[in-house]
Amino acid sequence: MSVLQIENVSKSYGPVQSVRGVSLSLDEGDRVALLGHNGAGKTTLMRMILGLTPVTSGRITVFGSAPGSRSARRAIGFLPESVAFHGALTGREQLHHFARLKSVKTAVADDLLERVGLTHAMNRKIRTYSKGMRQRVGLAQALLGTPKLALLDEPTSGLDPISRHEFYDIVDDLAKAGTAVLLSSHALTELETRTDRIAIMSRGELLANDSLANLRQRARLPIRVDVTATPDSADRIADQLGGKRTNGCSVSLDCQQEDKLALLEQITGLGELVKDIDVTPASLEQLYRHYSVRTPEDE
Amino acid sequence: MSVFAIARLELLIARRNMWVATSLILMGLFSAVLTLAGGAPTGTLGVDPLLVATTSITTLSVYLIPLIGLLLSFDAIAGEAERGTLALSLTYPLSRGEILIGKFLAHLAVLAFAVAVGLGLTAALTIWKYGAGDMSFAPLIRLFFTSLALGAAFLGIGYTVSALSRQASVASGIVIIIWLVCVVLYDLGLLGALVADGGGFFTKTVFPWLLVANPADAFRLINMPAETVTTLASGIGAAGGASGLAGQLASLLLWPVLALFFAWIALRRVEP
Repeated sequence: MSVLQIENVSKSYGPVQSVRGVSLSLDEGDRVALLGHNGAGKTTLMRMILGLTPVTSGRITVFGSAPGSRSARRAIGFLPESVAFHGALTGREQLHHFARLKSVKTAVADDLLERVGLTHAMNRKIRTYSKGMRQRVGLAQALLGTPKLALLDEPTSGLDPISRHEFYDIVDDLAKAGTAVLLSSHALTELETRTDRIAIMSRGELLANDSLANLRQRARLPIRVDVTATPDSADRIADQLGGKRTNGCSVSLDCQQEDKLALLEQITGLGELVKDIDVTPASLEQLYRHYSVRTPEDE
Repeated sequence: MSVFAIARLELLIARRNMWVATSLILMGLFSAVLTLAGGAPTGTLGVDPLLVATTSITTLSVYLIPLIGLLLSFDAIAGEAERGTLALSLTYPLSRGEILIGKFLAHLAVLAFAVAVGLGLTAALTIWKYGAGDMSFAPLIRLFFTSLALGAAFLGIGYTVSALSRQASVASGIVIIIWLVCVVLYDLGLLGALVADGGGFFTKTVFPWLLVANPADAFRLINMPAETVTTLASGIGAAGGASGLAGQLASLLLWPVLALFFAWIALRRVEP
């Protein structure tokens, strides 16, 4: 049974349709990244999954239960995009409170504080915390009671690169334990290796929902090959390969996946003229732009 | 269980926010001053000194208790909605009713503590000055419980405003207006109407019920039963006696229930 099932869900606020006919499902251990510009409907979709906002049409089930029902809420861990915990409380007090609400032992809350690296600051008031530390409190409460579905809205905003790395380690552990993770993010590069599927939303519609490799294949975005030439040979290389000189000593070329090996062979054939080669597949940014600028009429 | 978890957190926040300290100092200070100052001229009159003290404290409580109640409650829902903690709390397995009751219990406890300390101080000071003698403590106990009812009513009103306005800054403005209307302008309005009516139909039939419909006035009437004291303390008190103790009690008991019910309805409509 899938953990989360979203079937043809729409949401209208008056004449404004913020989510249109989205279908998506998550199984145990899935790590799915939800991408989209501001106002694409990501947060609205999460709020509907949580039962905070009713759906206008369509159906959502969390482990077979309606969103917002007690059993659904017990199964979900949620990290909101922006939450300001009460500054007068310590991180530990705040987390113990949430543990009580979820009928989880407070000792578990202490373990989670250690897991997110807050043990040293847990007895300090939250108002003294940095943005990253507050985000960790939010993450810790989302992990309480090992949820079956973790909804993380912009989880890495405010985290430095090392903290982001640690964050994705926690997500990996969660997924390994069987939790389905749905996270939204703006920081695209970090998602490439840390998620199983990418779902792209634009203007309320789900435009893509697939693994990164499949998305790349379908988009047929060119692979970029940068050749660094030995001194004075950049022009010769550009002539022979037909690429574009980017500066005095390097040439850049675009090619499709199936032509890549042939091109590389050609480059190595140039022998001593070539100093170095960089091969860059289409980045998630490019893919994201490719999928999100398409209008529905292009389908 | 969730109710107690919420109440526990609210108590902690109230302690940290100095709300507990503020209410305590307000009630304690005024009770002590009124007990000591109020007793001075009555020693020779032979009036029960505790009765004099409770009369002064009642007059003060009519202003203070609603104020403390509203200050404790105006931020309860709007503030959490603004900070995003309301939405987060609602993703946990607990109902909006539980959130409301949990907060109410905590805030009522803060109020009860402040009132108890204030009245305890009054009792102690009175005994210290005049000796226990054959003093009756019934007025103090009555004052305590009616204060709680009055405070509960205004807590409920504060939650309702908080849920409806959804912005703490707006809610704070509205509760101050409500406070002004209930404890000052309402009585002034009634007085004006009395003068204009000149002892006609309004004065005899409508007025007593209008008076008791305001929980602050019901509270005042209940705690100032002695005709002479009442007349001294408040010009309109005596006329209000017509609605009787039953009316006053009903008002004081119904208001908290109704106000909390309205707050619950308003909270149910909040989309965090």
